[in-house]
Amino acid sequence: MGSTSSMLTQYDIEEVQEHCDNLFSQQEIVSLYQRFCQLDRTAKGFISADEFLSVPEFAMNPLSQRLLKMADGLNFKEFVAFLSAFSAKANMQQKVKLIFKVYDSDCNGKVTFNDILEVLRDLTGSFMSDKQREEVLSEVLQEAGYTRESLLLLDDFIKILGKSGLKMEVEVPVD
Amino acid sequence: MSKLNVSSSELDLDRPNIEDYLPTGSIQEPHGKLRLRDLLDISPTLTEAAGAIVDDSFTRCFKSIPREPWNWNVYLFPLWCLGVVIRYGVLFPARVLVLTIGWIIFLSSFIPVHLLLKGHDKLRRKLERCLVELMCSFFVASWTGVVKYHGPRPSMRPKQVFVANHTSMIDFIILEQMTAFAVIMQKHPGWVGLLQSTILESVGCIWFNRSEAKDREIVARKLREHVQEADNNPLLIFPEGTCVNNHYTVMFKKGAFELGCTVCPIAIKYNKIFVDAFWNSRKQSFTMHLLQLMTSWAVVCDVWYLEPQNLKPGETPIEFAERVRDIISVRAGLKKVPWDGYLKYSRPSPKHRERKQQSFAESVLRRLEEK
Repeated sequence: MGSTSSMLTQYDIEEVQEHCDNLFSQQEIVSLYQRFCQLDRTAKGFISADEFLSVPEFAMNPLSQRLLKMADGLNFKEFVAFLSAFSAKANMQQKVKLIFKVYDSDCNGKVTFNDILEVLRDLTGSFMSDKQREEVLSEVLQEAGYTRESLLLLDDFIKILGKSGLKMEVEVPVD
Repeated sequence: MSKLNVSSSELDLDRPNIEDYLPTGSIQEPHGKLRLRDLLDISPTLTEAAGAIVDDSFTRCFKSIPREPWNWNVYLFPLWCLGVVIRYGVLFPARVLVLTIGWIIFLSSFIPVHLLLKGHDKLRRKLERCLVELMCSFFVASWTGVVKYHGPRPSMRPKQVFVANHTSMIDFIILEQMTAFAVIMQKHPGWVGLLQSTILESVGCIWFNRSEAKDREIVARKLREHVQEADNNPLLIFPEGTCVNNHYTVMFKKGAFELGCTVCPIAIKYNKIFVDAFWNSRKQSFTMHLLQLMTSWAVVCDVWYLEPQNLKPGETPIEFAERVRDIISVRAGLKKVPWDGYLKYSRPSPKHRERKQQSFAESVLRRLEEK
């Protein structure tokens, strides 16, 4: 019987809420748990890359492979924390932090020219050449006062993206 | 993997444009000179990805309704217990008995008819047809099927094909008890497969394997041959190609719509008050599904035989398929989603991703020139 969703106790939910800085309401966490169980088809406690890709809308996303590296094998608590940047309650810094993590593939806290180039490659595929991408990137970096050699830190990202009013919200369906 | 790719690029021809359905405007078209912040801001793409993780229309199509524990109530609990006793202790054995009697009658007349009337093809076919209909009635009785049929009963004529939305293999049984259709279906393993290759073959059913690309051509040829003959049983196709939970319709495969025949839509809507008739083949074997139906109070459903449709001048088979899907969805109150049901078994083609990459690349290049 599939009534596992009601098995979360108040303690469980509060623990998860704490883990995601209270960015989701209790209702939302219950909904997310149902979704987590649905995606985790074999009930092993995490969602495998293959199970993520079974959602066609996700598999079609140009950044899906990159996101998989971050989301593959997360348990429920980590899964909620990963999604918390998309909550309407998350502030700009939390959102930028997630974007930064997507760029910072080796997790050393610095984003290099090549890191950005790789994301750009995911986004544009075969529709821009490597040379075009490098040119575009060098140009906009220079204009913003950086060079090809500069290492961008989280603070730089906040400075660059902070003003533009990021629209990065996902509504969790609550029934 | 490469084999999957081949078949999925082939399937592409069947597809309506997914972008036509998906919510638009999530990725806005900004103007003005390109700046670093525009390149670094990947939030629209990330939002789309997270949105798909949290909820997506494809997975929703195959979600079964969990049984609500309404019985946890002091007043209702004894009643519910009584219900369980009746359902499992009285109804279920009675139904097994009905089904057994049905099988005995069916087999004891079908085998002689099949073997002895070899020379009288017409008579044999007619008898076999009646017997298959009878057997399906026994099946429907074994779950106390309360089926309301609306509209004219299908008749046998050449150049027409029936298409219906698909919830479970019992769709076929419910339709078959009224008219002996010849159906196009996925080949199943086990006892169902045995029935398919012996008894149902005699009413002209055609089997195929979803994953075999070769099978598609053979089926297409058999279809064309079948519809030409006036004597053949009417053809029934479930163009979704997979079972959907009766709240949504997934894309219709165009095969049924390019035969040059009149298409007669059939809409089937189940009432889920007693049991969810959706067969989730990933979670349940067909035997378990039947047992679930046989231990419930009743299977309630409505069947509508709808107005026959023809290809309009200038209409492509895909547009025609979409129009018929629309008619069925409206009648049965189902929501249309753009997905190909076969995505349950394969990944979407890279084309959709490429289209997104293309539009992003174009916008970057265009804005770079705006000085």
